[in-house]
Amino acid sequence: MLNINYTFHWNQAFQALPQMIDGALITLQIAVLSMIIGIAIGVPLALAKQSSIAPLRWFANVWIEVARNTPALFQVYMIYFGIPAVLQLVAGLFGIDFRALGINIFYLDSYWAVLVGIAFNNAGYLAETFRGGLRAVPATQTRAARSLGFGAFDAFRLIVLPQMFRAVFHPMTNQMVWAILMTSVGIFVGLNIDLTGVTQELNARTFRTFEFFALAAAIYYVIAKIVTGGARLIAWRLFRY
Amino acid sequence: MLGTSVTWGDITFMMTGAGLTLAITFWAMLGGTLLGIVFGLIRSHSPWYVNYPMGAVLDVLRSVPLLIQFILFNSFQSIAGWGMNPFVVGCVVLAAYTSAFCTEIVRGGIQAVPVTTRRAARSLGMNWAQDMAYIVLPLGTRVMLPSWIGLTLGVMKDTALVYAIGVIELLRSSQIIITRKPHEALLILAIAGLIYFIVSFPVSRLGAHLEKKWREND
Repeated sequence: MLNINYTFHWNQAFQALPQMIDGALITLQIAVLSMIIGIAIGVPLALAKQSSIAPLRWFANVWIEVARNTPALFQVYMIYFGIPAVLQLVAGLFGIDFRALGINIFYLDSYWAVLVGIAFNNAGYLAETFRGGLRAVPATQTRAARSLGFGAFDAFRLIVLPQMFRAVFHPMTNQMVWAILMTSVGIFVGLNIDLTGVTQELNARTFRTFEFFALAAAIYYVIAKIVTGGARLIAWRLFRY
Repeated sequence: MLGTSVTWGDITFMMTGAGLTLAITFWAMLGGTLLGIVFGLIRSHSPWYVNYPMGAVLDVLRSVPLLIQFILFNSFQSIAGWGMNPFVVGCVVLAAYTSAFCTEIVRGGIQAVPVTTRRAARSLGMNWAQDMAYIVLPLGTRVMLPSWIGLTLGVMKDTALVYAIGVIELLRSSQIIITRKPHEALLILAIAGLIYFIVSFPVSRLGAHLEKKWREND
């Protein structure tokens, strides 16, 4: 069954390790930025979904459902091909024809497409997580804060939010790992500086697909473990009481 | 169609891709669920020296991007000279990936059944298999089914990545059309997104409904 007529060249892969580590840092950078944006948008989205203003609720629903019910790659594509298309459409409404001006923009820069696409995805998933977390904070907490003289916004920011983040810390860690793994779809929009992209470039040069991608898989695994381990340490430090 | 250059031929092409997406989802879920049940049973009935290594191996499948797993297995099978076609490679890798998640769902379902209930079953004279079939299965299913539906939706979305090994599924077929007609990118992607949404939204609603209904009866 296993009759392998192939010499593995692991040395070649290990020599490229520094390049791949650089790629891994870009991967981590995209994931961290997309998480920060995702959290910043996710909290308002979770609130909008519970809002009494119907259009706000619809907006949040559409965002959350699209983010959760379509592939992440689709969302990245939507940013990559879609945003320039929307720009042309809007410009067209004002009578500006990009093509007539000799400008042919069909794609966004791949780094931004991946970052924005994954941030969109994170925001949708995190909004649902936050909604569950908000439900875990008793309404009496807000009322107690208000009766102590906190304003509505301060009560939310200083009393409700910290308790919510405590409740959703573990799911947020999972989302962070997801974000790291999701950045690998960048390869489909031509991103060549993240870990998968760098690996693909090396592969195209040497055709040592198995060796390079096995090393990339190991690096992804180590990053994922460092993130979950680090999160456990942080949780231990933050939530001792 | 609608005054654009997107033809019915393109739509049919995308529909064929959508069919492939569903076919891969079906085979991956079938294989992944069967494996997941077996692994889940082993993990919840074995001593730590079997349980821990098994958990670690399955954890690797969840901590490495699926895309890399597709490429890795595909290159491995060609090195080994198995000559599998990309569709089969896609199904096999996705089934293994699914099994890692399904194992945890099954294990969680079994653990959700109180030990006292199971002891009661055994003291009523049921053997292990009867306990599993008549006590653990009905009670555990309530916990497992909503997550299993969630997993199915996740797998359907993940099929988009078989793109990497050259299977022309829904997203790849849309991308091919976009390459030919870049001016219609938005419309083509909207159609692709709509197809994903039409398939997955009712299923996710069903999952949410079941979860709510079953919680009320507890």
